[in-house]
Amino acid sequence: MSGTVLEQHVRQSLRRARRWHPAELAFWLLAAASFALFPTRFLILNEIAILALFALSLDLILGYAGIVSLGHAAFLGMGAYSAGLLAKYVTADPLAGLAFGMATSALLGLLTSPLVLRGTDLTRLMITLGVALILYEVANSLAWLTGGADGLQGITMAPIFGTFDFDIFGRTAYLYSLLVLFILFLIARRIVNSPFGLSLRGIRDNQLRAAASGVPVPWRLAAIYALSAAYAGAAGALLAQTTQFVSLDVFDFHRSADLMLVLIIGGAGYLYGGLIGAIAFKFLQDAIATFTPQYWMFWIGLFLVLFVLGGRELIHGAIKALVARFPERGASS
Amino acid sequence: MSAVLQTFNLVKTFGGITATDDVTFSLEKGARHALIGPNGAGKTTFVNLLTGVLRPTSGRVSLVGQDITGLSREARVKRGVARTFQINQLFRTMTPLEMISLVTAERLGRGMRLFQRLDADGEAIAETADILARFKLEDIMDQRIATLPYGKQRQIEIAAAFAARPSVLLLDEPAAGVPEAERRELLETVAALPDDVSVLLIEHDMDIIFRFATRITVLVNGRVLTEGEPAVVARDAAVKQAYLGEAAHV
Amino acid sequence: MLTILFDGIAYGMVLFVLACGLSVTMGLMNFVNLAHGAFAMLGGYVTVLLMQRLGLPFLASLPAAFLAAALAGIVLERLVYRPMYAKSHLDQVMFSIGLVFMAVAGTDWLLGSSQQIIQLPRWLQGRFYVLGVGIGYYRLFVIGICGLLAVALQWGFAKTRFGSRLRAAVDDARVARGLGIPVNRLFALTFALGSGLAGLGGALGIELMGLDPTFPLKFMIYFLIVVTVGGTSTITGPFLAAMLLGVADVMGKYLVPQAGAFIIYALMVILLLLRPEGLFARART
Repeated sequence: MSGTVLEQHVRQSLRRARRWHPAELAFWLLAAASFALFPTRFLILNEIAILALFALSLDLILGYAGIVSLGHAAFLGMGAYSAGLLAKYVTADPLAGLAFGMATSALLGLLTSPLVLRGTDLTRLMITLGVALILYEVANSLAWLTGGADGLQGITMAPIFGTFDFDIFGRTAYLYSLLVLFILFLIARRIVNSPFGLSLRGIRDNQLRAAASGVPVPWRLAAIYALSAAYAGAAGALLAQTTQFVSLDVFDFHRSADLMLVLIIGGAGYLYGGLIGAIAFKFLQDAIATFTPQYWMFWIGLFLVLFVLGGRELIHGAIKALVARFPERGASS
Repeated sequence: MSAVLQTFNLVKTFGGITATDDVTFSLEKGARHALIGPNGAGKTTFVNLLTGVLRPTSGRVSLVGQDITGLSREARVKRGVARTFQINQLFRTMTPLEMISLVTAERLGRGMRLFQRLDADGEAIAETADILARFKLEDIMDQRIATLPYGKQRQIEIAAAFAARPSVLLLDEPAAGVPEAERRELLETVAALPDDVSVLLIEHDMDIIFRFATRITVLVNGRVLTEGEPAVVARDAAVKQAYLGEAAHV
Repeated sequence: MLTILFDGIAYGMVLFVLACGLSVTMGLMNFVNLAHGAFAMLGGYVTVLLMQRLGLPFLASLPAAFLAAALAGIVLERLVYRPMYAKSHLDQVMFSIGLVFMAVAGTDWLLGSSQQIIQLPRWLQGRFYVLGVGIGYYRLFVIGICGLLAVALQWGFAKTRFGSRLRAAVDDARVARGLGIPVNRLFALTFALGSGLAGLGGALGIELMGLDPTFPLKFMIYFLIVVTVGGTSTITGPFLAAMLLGVADVMGKYLVPQAGAFIIYALMVILLLLRPEGLFARART
């Protein structure tokens, strides 16, 4: 085979890996259509979009770099408080708050990455959990700034671009969250298909070979950890802005645990797992809340146990089967 | 000929055990050099010291005259020291194409490009295609590595090391565990490595050693027992006693 | 000041009894069981119910707490834990968190969410003074019992055949299997013993730590600190870690109450940073 022909094959093969699958297009069309289809459910749709973004953030480190975390709420909370405080004391502009929340969370991620990147899975789980608990305590004790156990109140948001006001039905809020989710998703999709993303997958597969291939493993992990933190910060900022309230609950352990369940439901390592998981999770929560709101925790526990014991394969098989029903597109890209 | 990779009085101790004991060693440019020794002689420790997995207790490692003792693993790869592992260390969920692309992208310094499209990088593609062709991986380049036969995986192990375009290549028992049917192709691959790459071969198999090596170093209990041309080393009484005698009934 | 130290030691002792089972199961099967606290809670509630509903004396209910938790340990190990051993740490963590959530919500549903109180026998109430140091009878009792248990465990771990097999299995389960040690049965027994001890600790701890359905969640991080800081290869490691944690926690709460649990978490993160393998773990090569 001559070099140029083989090069063509290599190029095509690489392109195929990043091309949009019809199922992906269908997914986003549906997401856009939800806006018109469920005009009375904007509040829950907004919650789904935010949870999806949060789960996407965890997927970036767990699914693509193999970093386990039990304390991802640390970054959600950081973004939420940052955006809330900025709105309360400095500027009510939503986009500024979003950027600020992402920046502070990314910084926190960068600062804590040396703690997380060493040791075994077990120490990682412990340290991420510890960091989230510490932040909970810090936010609790800085009551003069954060409102402590009463939560951060008195946040008012200016209209987006000075035009689109947040309404009580959550219409603007949902549109805003969905757009932020979509844009950040596109960026994430681009990144995981880049040489950087490929090196992360290498690290996840085999750290020894990655280092022996010239990949500076600690730096790459720090980079994706900070990026993932920024995504979680964005989710936190959206939460603070669209609910105009921040409570200590954002740092709570159950946030991190719920998030793991979301990713377990949807599956990690293909970006859509968090989004699908978030939808399933919220519908589940909504359905159970109608007949037994008090013992939601019991059901979440049961689902976790069942999923780990083998239910996961069933769901992922179903998702794969669904995707397979879409006809494969032609060579165009 | 001039030395590419050298060690000076290299010592590594673990607790009370000395795994590498005052090793002064030199790998010549373009060499086909074999490192042999009985199990536990410290061959793997020595390779780990050369590649930066371990830091020596004392002594120095230098590459073309420059001290690299303090450099990290990935910095040494960038300077041209690559290795294969005794047990395959592959990106098992990837295809050979992706794995070679990764190594190539790192070599070309693309690793921190977050928005680069893999299929838009002509230089990396040309180099990846070249490696795939050289190691005869074109036909299987889109299959998951985990599903490929062991001999092919062993080829990819060498190809991935070679894709870093090293000046020094350390091969740790390249043919270990490869079934007879696939063995010939693998040995051809090793034989076809270009002359300007200096190869250090860590091997047990005398057949392979005498086929490829032009020089042999014998390591026993962490020390260099002797070094010389294959024919001379084979006749050495001390080597026979320490190593060949044992290998004969392994 | 010394009274606080004394209280801290008593607290640490209970923590040790609560967590030592976890450290052995973690070391033996490399299994992360965050639901360990649920067994402790079971022991606590068994004590409360036996005393309140059946009027059993405190001392008689302690062995019952141990037995109930050990029995639950055997059953659960057999039914749901065993398939988990081969799975990743992440799966184990998710699975055991699921169990914790179920235990918390289930207990809430069955027995309500209120804080449980027990009436200690008269001879364990009050305190006496030695050289100006106030010593509670109950805390002294707890230190006595837990101290005896620690010594017995150390002896059992170091001197008995069961202990030497256990140590061999902790070091390398595969080699131990090869030597004909029945690792699975060993683990079932150890799991039961560890769960039983947790149950006993939960019963002893009602007076010191309180007892409500959120107990397994609240103290999960404490157990994990004991285990990760103390290491999993000895009895003395977790013991020292539990002492350190107990004293630090009680002192922190007395001296700087506004800092809350912050000190403990920060201490844990720093310790794990400095010694990722555990503060008192043997160096492994």
